[in-house]
Amino acid sequence: MSILKILVVDDEPGIRSGVSRILRNFRVDYPFMEEPYEFEVYEASTGESGIEIIETNQPDILLLDNKLPGIQGIEVLDYVKKRKLNIVVVMITSYASLELAVKATSDGAYDFIPKPFTPQELKSSIENITKRAFLKKMTRDLQDSGKQVRFQFLSVLSHELKAPLNAIEGYLQMTKERQLGDKIEDYNQIIDRSLERIKGMRNLILDLLDLTKVESGKMKQDISDVDLLKIAHTAIETMRPYSIQRDIVINLDVPHNLFVKADAEEIEIIFNNLISNAIKYNKKGGTVDFVISENGDSIEINVKDSGIGMTQPEMDKLFQDFVRIKNEKTKNITGSGLGLSIVKKLVENYGGKIDVCSVPDQGSQFIVTLPKEKPCL
Amino acid sequence: MATSKTILIVDDDQDYLFQTKLKIEKFGYQVITAESQREAELIIDKTMPDLAIIDLMMENEDSGFILSYKIKKKYPAVPVIIATAVATETGISFDINDENNRKWIKADLFLEKGIRSDLLKDEIDRLLIKK
Repeated sequence: MSILKILVVDDEPGIRSGVSRILRNFRVDYPFMEEPYEFEVYEASTGESGIEIIETNQPDILLLDNKLPGIQGIEVLDYVKKRKLNIVVVMITSYASLELAVKATSDGAYDFIPKPFTPQELKSSIENITKRAFLKKMTRDLQDSGKQVRFQFLSVLSHELKAPLNAIEGYLQMTKERQLGDKIEDYNQIIDRSLERIKGMRNLILDLLDLTKVESGKMKQDISDVDLLKIAHTAIETMRPYSIQRDIVINLDVPHNLFVKADAEEIEIIFNNLISNAIKYNKKGGTVDFVISENGDSIEINVKDSGIGMTQPEMDKLFQDFVRIKNEKTKNITGSGLGLSIVKKLVENYGGKIDVCSVPDQGSQFIVTLPKEKPCL
Repeated sequence: MATSKTILIVDDDQDYLFQTKLKIEKFGYQVITAESQREAELIIDKTMPDLAIIDLMMENEDSGFILSYKIKKKYPAVPVIIATAVATETGISFDINDENNRKWIKADLFLEKGIRSDLLKDEIDRLLIKK
């Protein structure tokens, strides 16, 4: 038997006991569910005590009156939203407060139950929510088991690998059929494009190898005291041809004798990705500031560029596999869409974190915080 | 051909776009291109193509569906082809002739991206005549 916890927050005792009574023997069954859902009802007469129950009992569903003696229902809704709690919120409200209804919906309320409500109205709303909760849980389980993610990853990967092949194949076909003329010069542009696509594909494969290392090669990690200045120099040297080509100045500010316990190769992957992005998404003639500082038990790697920047919605999806920010400014920049997701995975493996802030047309800043020694968990 | 038909091609892969444009111009049609859902929306605001061929996954993985919906809403008679490689890659296939799918997928036809030139031409001609 699956149980969903319902918290009803209402200052009218009649409503609370009514909800408890109606749902006491109520069950929701659904063809895909292995077993029916039943309900456990918690009651609170104020928003404050409601929040306490939310904290201690983690309800799945919240039935929320807006007019409460202390803080208002909408503030409780705000609390749930701010903490990103996994609770479906239903407002119990009179039809009169349409304005509130609109605000609550935009704040994330899922449904409304008019007050006063019949047992049937309550039941049908709860039934819908239960089905939705079940579907959400199913999706979450799939994601947890990695199946969903794997599937998406593979389908996107095959798309990313096939697209350049198709492009090159198309160009070769055009060349074979002499579609653009008889002179080799007629084909210069499409040869360049083909080479560009091959380069992109090679980078994708290299990034995939990095990713595979990150995800499966943990046993092979070679942990030592890594000299950050040395790795920074190596990374900048690796990127040198690229920075020269784009006329970008890299300012390096890394203290001598600053070490972290880590795998040197992995630190290099992190640095390479951050620096190459800062060059790629920069303006011609721009700058990259690569600064590492020490902060107690951790170090902070700060990579700042003077480039094209990003909007908030773009930043929100930045660290996912294969996400590339597509807009006018990035359309001629090639990339696998894996770099930052690799960096994030690596950094998190070390118990660190990565943050980004960015202003469109001014630049982006990536801040990686790494503990000097990985905390044992 | 003074009144040659105009075909809108939308794809975020510039090479695919270039190649398809060339192909379709050879069929004797005029071509307008767009590299994103957004760019295409700006175009259809002002221009009515005679037919549109759009990629499925662009800015978002359902960009093609949304664009198709918008084109159909503005110009119900304009045939829309969604060109995709999704079916072969994911095993997901959308059958456009299925009544349920028709309700939400507004496109007239799904085509595999690697389709042969002559078949592509047949499909375009057929949809334009039907229109």
